[in-house]
Amino acid sequence: MDKTRQKMKRMLEEKTVSAILGLRLNDGHPVPYLFIKPEDLKDWVPDETNRYPLTKLLIKIAKKHPEEVIGVVVRGCEERSLVELFKNFQLRKEKVKVIGIACSQELANRCRCDRPFPSQVEESEIAKPVEDFSDIGEIEKLPEEERFQYWMRQFGKCIKCYGCRNICPACFCPTCTLDDPNLIKPGEMPPEIPIFHLHKAYHMADRCIDCGLCEEACPMGIPVRRLYRKVRKSVKDLFGYIPGEKEEEKGPLEFLGEGTYELLGAGK
Amino acid sequence: MNYETILTTCTYCGCGCGLLLEVLDGEVVGTLPQKDHPVNEGGLCIKGWSAHEFIYDEGRLKKPLLRKDGSFIEFSWEEALDEVAARLKKIKEQDGPDSIAGLTSARCTNEENYLFQKWMRAVVGTNNVDHCARL
Repeated sequence: MDKTRQKMKRMLEEKTVSAILGLRLNDGHPVPYLFIKPEDLKDWVPDETNRYPLTKLLIKIAKKHPEEVIGVVVRGCEERSLVELFKNFQLRKEKVKVIGIACSQELANRCRCDRPFPSQVEESEIAKPVEDFSDIGEIEKLPEEERFQYWMRQFGKCIKCYGCRNICPACFCPTCTLDDPNLIKPGEMPPEIPIFHLHKAYHMADRCIDCGLCEEACPMGIPVRRLYRKVRKSVKDLFGYIPGEKEEEKGPLEFLGEGTYELLGAGK
Repeated sequence: MNYETILTTCTYCGCGCGLLLEVLDGEVVGTLPQKDHPVNEGGLCIKGWSAHEFIYDEGRLKKPLLRKDGSFIEFSWEEALDEVAARLKKIKEQDGPDSIAGLTSARCTNEENYLFQKWMRAVVGTNNVDHCARL
């Protein structure tokens, strides 16, 4: 990844960006960090086993510093999340510079990722896309009642940590349905199932970019990504729409129109 | 402009999950689970996810308070320790050491908790010690 590091260094030195958000090795642990000095980039790592929602973290920084142009290191999924964040006015495209890195074949296979690379990468090797929906197929083979029981068993494990929502790089509403006491009764464990999870699946249906961070963040091992992948697939089959693909295309479920999310972000 | 994430350990219970505090321009603005921590492996519970929220909470106690005539007044640590010592001593003399119990906190370090139980046993003279993180 030396070429990528060189590119980032040039961007900082030539001041095409004020800073770059990426992962820094801190006592052996890769953690999110905003690189400002070019020399600090020696500690930058393109770590792929410890993925953090960098594009989501960027929203906080951009909101406080709306005039700064900031670079962000993105994989394929993170670039898709940027598309959703631009589309929903959470970040301004002209204020974000993308540094693309491709995932290894190993990671692509593990993620069953159909686009394990962003639109531009510095290094030449990119992994082959993986078209594998066997995780959904397995569940769909089951009779309806068994399928329902499977999900109820899984959702019953939920400890309502909101980790799947908090880590999601396509989740940003200032007011959240999952916090609304009229829809989700407070003080219950597990939260009302399956409604709690279906609310989120529905809301993410035309925004989920299939990065899988939600499932990684679940302390109870609920296969939430499997659910979102199914919903994402339904949206593709029904509307021919793929979240995170085209910036100019609006999500088919955003029927309430612009301003629905009352965005106060760095956008608009 | 400055943004970094600081590796630390959750103080809410005895599990000791690894977390990252997001610091933007010197202000703690969020919590993230540490992905490569051997205990929580990138997950957190709701308390861990909210671990940063108490820092700037208006209700956070920063100085000792003494209740006088139904309302709280601020006073120094020195006075607070004198007051507590005098009253504990009096209770111990009147009703014996087992009339006192100690409840310590996950917000303290291991060493502080050790010291606390030692103090309860050796100085106060009771085994009535417990901890808020007895889950």
